[in-house]
Amino acid sequence: MREPFPFSAIVGQEEMKQALLIAAVDPVVGGVLVFGDRGTGKSTAVRALAGLLPPMRAVRDCRYHCDPAAGAALCAECQAREAPRAEILLPVPVVDMPLGATEDRVVGALDLERALAHGEKSFEPGLLARANRGFLYIDEVNLLEDHLVDLLIDVAASGENVVEREGLSVRHPARFVLVGSGNPEEGELRPQLLDRFGLSVEITTPQDIASRIDIVRRRDAYERDPAGFAAKWAPEDTRTRQRIEAARALLPGVDVPDAVLESATRLCMALGTDGLRGELTLLRAARALAALMGETTVNDGHLQRIAPSSLRHRLRRDPLDEAGSSVRVTRAMSEVFAA
Amino acid sequence: MTESAPTQPPAGASPWGDALLALALFAIDPPGTGVCLHAPAGPVRDAWLQNLARLVPAGTALRKMPATIGEEALLGGLDFAATLHGGRRVVQRGFLPASDGGIVLAAMAERLAPGTAAIVAATLDEGVCRAARDPAAHEKPCRFGVVALDESIAEEAVTPVLLDRLAFLIDLTPLSHHDCAGAADTIPDAQRILAARNLLGTVSVEDEVLEALCGTAAALGAGFVRAPLLALHAARASAALAGRSTATMEDAAVAARLVLAPRATRLPAEPPKDEAEPPPDSPPDEPQQDQPPQNPPDANKDESENETKNMPPEGAEMVLEAAKAAIPSGLLAQLMAADFSRPARAGAGKAGARQKGGVRGRPVGVRAAPPSPGLRLNLIETLRAAAPWQRLRRTPANASATTIKLRREDFRVTRVEQRTRTTTIFLVDASGSSALNRLAEAKGAVELLLADCYQRRDEVAVLAFRGRAAQLLLPPTRSLVRAKRSLGSLPGGGGTPLAAGLEAGFLLAETVKRGGDTPTLVLLTDGRANVSLSGEGGRVQAEQDARQAGRRLRAAGHKSLFVDISPRPSEQARRIAQDMGALYVPLPYASAAAVSSAVRAAAARR
Repeated sequence: MREPFPFSAIVGQEEMKQALLIAAVDPVVGGVLVFGDRGTGKSTAVRALAGLLPPMRAVRDCRYHCDPAAGAALCAECQAREAPRAEILLPVPVVDMPLGATEDRVVGALDLERALAHGEKSFEPGLLARANRGFLYIDEVNLLEDHLVDLLIDVAASGENVVEREGLSVRHPARFVLVGSGNPEEGELRPQLLDRFGLSVEITTPQDIASRIDIVRRRDAYERDPAGFAAKWAPEDTRTRQRIEAARALLPGVDVPDAVLESATRLCMALGTDGLRGELTLLRAARALAALMGETTVNDGHLQRIAPSSLRHRLRRDPLDEAGSSVRVTRAMSEVFAA
Repeated sequence: MTESAPTQPPAGASPWGDALLALALFAIDPPGTGVCLHAPAGPVRDAWLQNLARLVPAGTALRKMPATIGEEALLGGLDFAATLHGGRRVVQRGFLPASDGGIVLAAMAERLAPGTAAIVAATLDEGVCRAARDPAAHEKPCRFGVVALDESIAEEAVTPVLLDRLAFLIDLTPLSHHDCAGAADTIPDAQRILAARNLLGTVSVEDEVLEALCGTAAALGAGFVRAPLLALHAARASAALAGRSTATMEDAAVAARLVLAPRATRLPAEPPKDEAEPPPDSPPDEPQQDQPPQNPPDANKDESENETKNMPPEGAEMVLEAAKAAIPSGLLAQLMAADFSRPARAGAGKAGARQKGGVRGRPVGVRAAPPSPGLRLNLIETLRAAAPWQRLRRTPANASATTIKLRREDFRVTRVEQRTRTTTIFLVDASGSSALNRLAEAKGAVELLLADCYQRRDEVAVLAFRGRAAQLLLPPTRSLVRAKRSLGSLPGGGGTPLAAGLEAGFLLAETVKRGGDTPTLVLLTDGRANVSLSGEGGRVQAEQDARQAGRRLRAAGHKSLFVDISPRPSEQARRIAQDMGALYVPLPYASAAAVSSAVRAAAARR
């Protein structure tokens, strides 16, 4: 398989890169939704992330690549294994969920091969199992079929995949960062699924010719020689990887002062976002951002940088309001932070 | 490098000549890209395909892919029957892995299910085929070119996911086989293609060419990244075909004409600067653009971020002109009339998505059926069906008690059901007689309905009729963003061509139905038809035509709702509603909310 396009070689799209890095630093933030026109590099960025992430420790031979240090969150198979479990280093999985995936493939199903050939009833893990501890990427998320959406909503919230079908009864951990992308022109997303995404990013086609030319030139160079191109950007990617690692180490110690907490609450109230989730995500994302910037205290600046991504998809919809959600967030921010 | 003046947008370049040129450029390097051939089945298309077979490298297989191909068949999977029979794993080779190094002819590409198209597109992108079930075992190189045979008419179209990756969009529909005659000598022979193929890897591209292509793509709204990239590859192929090792502006013009022009979604604005630009018909001052400095053949010049200017350079003008001249005239008129992208492309790619009794959806039971790729075998039920017969089936020859004897008739597959969606087609009378304020209410109703139905994933479309004809304002969509934009500029005034409106509604309803959805028509009018189907004035003929169109709707069994918005409900309107088999709702003071709740009530009743 050829090298993915290097993350550092992506021109512009700062908000998207920031959101993806935050999700890499703190998976609890809850996923990233990228909305934009076709061909703006959404999929490229997500796949590039795979090449960037530091490898993770996992139990050897575990089908769900459990974290050896997970304790009670280990899958049933790992719990049954002897205490000093063999470990290996694995790349963080970034799993593509193709449009038109069937339910069996997503949740897993009876292993037909073994059932037919050996008469054994065994579970064949699906995409959710493969995405455990990594990223699940859904392109064209707004075209996803309803019953799959229902399924994802449930698993994304519980972090566990429960399979009860065809005589199987299996449950296994499925904690993943949901990354969705789509084109808003092609349809809306169910509010319940929208809510599962921590951050949402709107990306647009760059308007100036210079950066467009740059993008095409890099893309062309990459396609003609993927390995050489990746090698050229490797040092830059390594720096970003180190930044992620440093931020992860820093994250537990990042402090949120009361004043910042209050600003966050006021902002959410001004926008009338439903529920607590918006506020929580805003704070978590701000902490991850601070860590990513190498700072140990969250300030209003972090909050302002991350507020549009954290809140714009949580506003109550008003079909007759012409102003876009981003505008409304910016408006509310200027009111709250001016005071 | 050539010394001749760059070919101006060849005024005389015949569509067939261009189709063959595109064919040659495609044949030089098919993997990873493709051609969308919009043409009905017939001699013209056959002639093109014959040429393709002649020009591709020897041994390249052209394999036809049916539009209904399933995922298993596409990517490969377990062969149930053989596995059962042999008692060991038997893998069926998928269509795509088997097409490695060849060319896939996607038959009836407009009917390709989005899932299938997405898989083909992803494989094109990555050049690797990942089978569904067993990722480790199945990742193998899979590089092929695609020729999408597009037979779409009216609102159908090939899904943009696939279209985005096909370099050349060729429209052969207007051609007859007479047009294909004379151009035979312009086709390069297989040997030249071979030579070009060998040269291709070394062709370098001037920055200027790159800039011109990006600028042109931007000016035409032809899409970003993929379109200029495809054009860049085409320019390279064009240079290789001419035996040059550097792509020039001439090649850029060819690429712009063949790749970018068919993707235009808007007309380029008049060049904002550079008054000295030559008029499009005189040869541009090419010297400085046609003789670029010899650069090292390596095109890796990524760091030069700030050397580029913000405006397309002068050379781009020529490329842009070339592209502009190649935009089909019908499209030009359409683009001038409205500033949004081609409605025919819009909402495309959903046709065939919701096949009934397919592989996706909620399981609702089992049925007996022989296993075939794409069906979900229900093993438990299969074994249950086979169990009672085991003793009978055991023969002395194979009496071992541990194997289960399965027969064809035992197989049970899971039946799945997919809820079909409703597409509400608003047919809005925008004539002078339907007071203008009704239009605002219709818009409001559409937006309210959409806001409600995006949760149910239903779709809405809007047709307006006024003057002499009907116009599709909003193709079936679930997107509020899009609806708002399209409805913002709903014009009003003129006669009432009710028959034409009903006719358009009927056609759209048929398209929707073919796509697997259930159409519901909502007609907002005062029913005072005064323009006949042929566009003539006259109330009597107009009403007759309208009633006839209405009867056709009824005969086709489309549900409809007639909202009479005139101040005094008229007998005429009621008659037409009766002919349509429509629910007649007089709403003389219709508000947006009232209309939308009437539609919802009507939908719930059925």
